[in-house]
Amino acid sequence: MKARNFRYIRPASLKHAYRILAESGGDAVPVAGGQSLLAGLNMRLSAPKLLVDIGDLKELTGQSNADGTMRLGALTRHAELLHSELVKKHVPLLVRAAAHIGHVAIRNRGTLGGSLAYADPAAELPACAVALGATLVLGNLKGERDVEAEDFFKGLFETDLKPGELIVAVKFPVMQAGTSIGFAELARRQGDFALVGLAAVATMQRDRIGNARLAYFGCVDRAKVAQSVSAAVAGLTTPLADGAAFEAAIRADLAPDDMAGLRADTKLHMATVLTRRVLNSLSERAAA
Amino acid sequence: MSDPVNDLLGEEEVAIEATLNGRPLKRRVKARQHLADFLRQELELTGTHLGCEHGICGACTVLIDGRTARGCLTLAAQISGKTVDTIEGLTESGKLAELQAEFIARNAAQCGFCSSGMLLTAYELVSSGKMVSRIDIREFISGNMCRCTGYHAIVDAVEAVIVGQGKT
Repeated sequence: MKARNFRYIRPASLKHAYRILAESGGDAVPVAGGQSLLAGLNMRLSAPKLLVDIGDLKELTGQSNADGTMRLGALTRHAELLHSELVKKHVPLLVRAAAHIGHVAIRNRGTLGGSLAYADPAAELPACAVALGATLVLGNLKGERDVEAEDFFKGLFETDLKPGELIVAVKFPVMQAGTSIGFAELARRQGDFALVGLAAVATMQRDRIGNARLAYFGCVDRAKVAQSVSAAVAGLTTPLADGAAFEAAIRADLAPDDMAGLRADTKLHMATVLTRRVLNSLSERAAA
Repeated sequence: MSDPVNDLLGEEEVAIEATLNGRPLKRRVKARQHLADFLRQELELTGTHLGCEHGICGACTVLIDGRTARGCLTLAAQISGKTVDTIEGLTESGKLAELQAEFIARNAAQCGFCSSGMLLTAYELVSSGKMVSRIDIREFISGNMCRCTGYHAIVDAVEAVIVGQGKT
């Protein structure tokens, strides 16, 4: 339970960090909050040669709201999501999700960019980024590029990040009137990884669901829009008494594996129940 | 003979300057050493405990810049420029006195293994000054595992301090 040796550098600026990452030839790993990375290092699941500590880079912090977009620096801590008035007002889904990420001490250190870059399919924030249609700003020595969250997550712990690239910030569309958000997850204990989780964004006309974007976590291979379920729930009127209208769609979108103590068909049943709960909560939460 | 697994162990060092328990700290630390090991092995501050070493149990909780953090998920190198408080410092300064008195009064520490982490997490909650429910207290301490005392007495002790604050 001790990490292998590595070199540790804390660059003074973002540019400095880019240069170190570029010169390392792919042997360097950036660390910020380290709440997933260091657990993996302690367990020797990975053994990078160089850790580049970007956790204090001012260029990666900050929150701003302009032109219908809320921009959050990659170093935004989960605890900040919970307590930011701007986030509460404009991207409330992130506040709902952050409460489920680990525990207080984890949320004090873990970062938005770190969670997205790690791309754990059981994590809350990648699913939220996809459901919200967020855009990630990625940077390296040559400049910055924008990538849609939907295109960013490639698979289990796999992303569109190229060697030497960092997540600089994430741009979230601010919540519009007539849209509503829903979020729920099932875990064995408070703070555990989700067995099944769901982030939802939908337009609502009174109790009728319009366009919906649903993204599951904990029961998928990567964060993505659940296309079949999103299509199946459009036009439904809440409250729903059961999951008949979207049960088949859930089977089409989700392919959970059997795991010790939890069969895949149980997970699908849990996903159906959770989806109904989230959909039924949408009308209560529609933005004014 | 080169040993691909162990050749590199324990070589890299990093210079740090931090504030630990109110006093300046200037050291060279091993790059790969996490903060809890550094506190325990290099500084002999053994009040910070180590259980799981991958962020689950909360026994290694310390305060970094006044907020709880996992000592096992933070490198010693990462505290440079920061303020760290451990159970030793917060006990010495008397900041934990009220919580400690309530823990003792309610038998909220049996074997004591989780107590230092539990007290630091509870300290973050009570020092926020918020009036919170027992459910909120349980949620707040959910990252600190206790395997013998039982959470009920711990929640009682934390609640007693919070209720006491409301009266003053």
